[in-house]
Amino acid sequence: MTKPFFRSLVLALGLLTATAALAAEGDALDAAHTNIHDVAAMQRGARTFFNYCAGCHSLEYMRYSRIAQDLDLSEAQVMTNLDMTGDKFGNPVISAMPAADAAKWFGKAPPDLSLEVAAKGPDWVYTYLKSFYVDPTRPTGWNNTVFPNVSMPFPLWELQGVQTPVYAPARPGHDPRVEKLQLGQPGLQTPAQYDRTIRDLTTFLQYVSEPAALQRERIGVWVLLYLAVFTFLALLLKREYWKDVH
Amino acid sequence: MAAAPNAYKPDNKALAWIEERLPIIGFMRSATTDYYAPKNFNVMYYFGSLALLVLVNQIVTGIFLTMNFNPSAAGAFASVQYIMRDVEWGWLIRYMHTTGASLFFVVVYLHMFRALMYGSYKKPRELLWILGMFVYLALMAEAFMGYVLPWGQMSFWGAKVIISLFGAVPVIGNKLVEWIMGDFLPADATLNRFFALHVIALPLVLLMLVVLHLWALHEVGSNNPDGVEIKENKDADGKPLDGIPFHPYYTVKDLFGVGVFLLIAAFIIFYQPTFFGFFLEHDNFVPANNLVTPAAIHPVWYFMPFYAMLRVIPSKGLGVITLFSAIALLFFMPWIDRGKVKSWRYRGVSYKIALGLFALAFIWLGKIGGGEGTWIGDTYIGRALTGVYFAFFIFLWAYTYFGWEKTKPVPLRVTTHD
Repeated sequence: MTKPFFRSLVLALGLLTATAALAAEGDALDAAHTNIHDVAAMQRGARTFFNYCAGCHSLEYMRYSRIAQDLDLSEAQVMTNLDMTGDKFGNPVISAMPAADAAKWFGKAPPDLSLEVAAKGPDWVYTYLKSFYVDPTRPTGWNNTVFPNVSMPFPLWELQGVQTPVYAPARPGHDPRVEKLQLGQPGLQTPAQYDRTIRDLTTFLQYVSEPAALQRERIGVWVLLYLAVFTFLALLLKREYWKDVH
Repeated sequence: MAAAPNAYKPDNKALAWIEERLPIIGFMRSATTDYYAPKNFNVMYYFGSLALLVLVNQIVTGIFLTMNFNPSAAGAFASVQYIMRDVEWGWLIRYMHTTGASLFFVVVYLHMFRALMYGSYKKPRELLWILGMFVYLALMAEAFMGYVLPWGQMSFWGAKVIISLFGAVPVIGNKLVEWIMGDFLPADATLNRFFALHVIALPLVLLMLVVLHLWALHEVGSNNPDGVEIKENKDADGKPLDGIPFHPYYTVKDLFGVGVFLLIAAFIIFYQPTFFGFFLEHDNFVPANNLVTPAAIHPVWYFMPFYAMLRVIPSKGLGVITLFSAIALLFFMPWIDRGKVKSWRYRGVSYKIALGLFALAFIWLGKIGGGEGTWIGDTYIGRALTGVYFAFFIFLWAYTYFGWEKTKPVPLRVTTHD
């Protein structure tokens, strides 16, 4: 009787995992393909973040010192290249922009990005950063296909260039839908280079949303190996004891 | 357990001195080496000991989380990030606690389903089942309040939805909701009291209920996959012929079960701690904000089947009654099911089909409860599945009360073992 139960149990667990994986898939987002163990990519991502994002967005749960430690950077490198506000090395990354003013300027204070990837997923962040287009009807002149009517102007435009929308014919009673975006004016980077820039930026933000992931994934293998040996020995022990059950 | 400890006389004088005053060794022996369990347990019998393991894990990791958590609306969210980033091994302690919470429900649901498969709720185990149901209730309350503590968006809105269920109580409903929250919305007062209940009151209740559950178990003895009472066949020494001492046989067997369980748990903790957004939901990484409603509000996965019932029933009052009776009916299983044959191995084929449909309805309802709720078809399917859930109890009563069930002969002795 044990075997059929075990089989159905495995089947049930498999089904559960499959549904979970399906449910976790978003609609039509580009895969970010991030790898938080790629230190060089995270260093590039950090540079992009501090050059283009940190003016408005904070990482209130992320300390400069932790970034230095995990990204193989020295205190001097972090203090001169990343810390633009002159804040202490042990302090978290707080943008210099006063939140009240920011809310006045943009209609909404720029959100803290410490947990952005944990909340939205790396694919969302990656695709979002590729999906800005010019829209004269918006106060900032920018709109986004992933985040319609976004408050943020697009700071990376000089890298990506300026995208313009191609509208699908509108159904009666509906606003025209953006079918795709095309590069109206090229930026400093080619599309391939830009993809890498925002992949690195997403990788950095993914690390920021859970710095412990580096340590977690590194030691997990050893924990599993230890438990596999333990379980095998427990099985042998059980067999030995049960020899005299008739 | 404590009912009749064997009069045990240790040879060691010091131990004998203690034993005469506190018969603790005799008690331990009566609960382990002198406690006989059927030798034919299968894989479904691992989940009781695993539930105990998870309970200990929750208490130990919970103590360490309590040392660093700030139970206030202003500080809770940030203190969880402090645990995840600045507390030594804080991330591991927290993931052990969050993964443990979900796995607690996995093992408890399987443990309960085992009881339905083999009729473990039937005489003489009615009280054992009822105590188990109270454990499940306490666990639901404990898990719900624990989920509110990190004070993310799902904590806040989940709390708001669940607490508002009490608003369906006639006349005093709205006052009751305010009384539970201590405010007009989930707020600092709510978080404070949920923290107190989560770390002190409910764990005490849970522990006490688990002790009673085990006490009742050791009095009546374990059921088994054949549904045979092993106490009815004893040898000359009065030991059950089909029984083996719990220690060492089942302690070593459960040790293997613990190994397999920990492998699964460790894989989740180290490589998929949010479990695709099921154990830790994405929206809960956003701080609670009473001005922004998340796109979809739903409780954690283990409440979703019941939440689906609430969702698909148009009237709130009726939905709440349905939800509570779905759980309440389970308490009465020993009296709804009048059949004398315990194990589904020897029960009528309709029982197996009915139990299968019941399980299917429960899982599918869970899927609907966690879904977007935008497709109207889900509402109709959900209503049908709620019907199936309740039909199980009605069918089971009629099937056994009117004697429609064609059972197979139950063997006198257990049929298989490892």
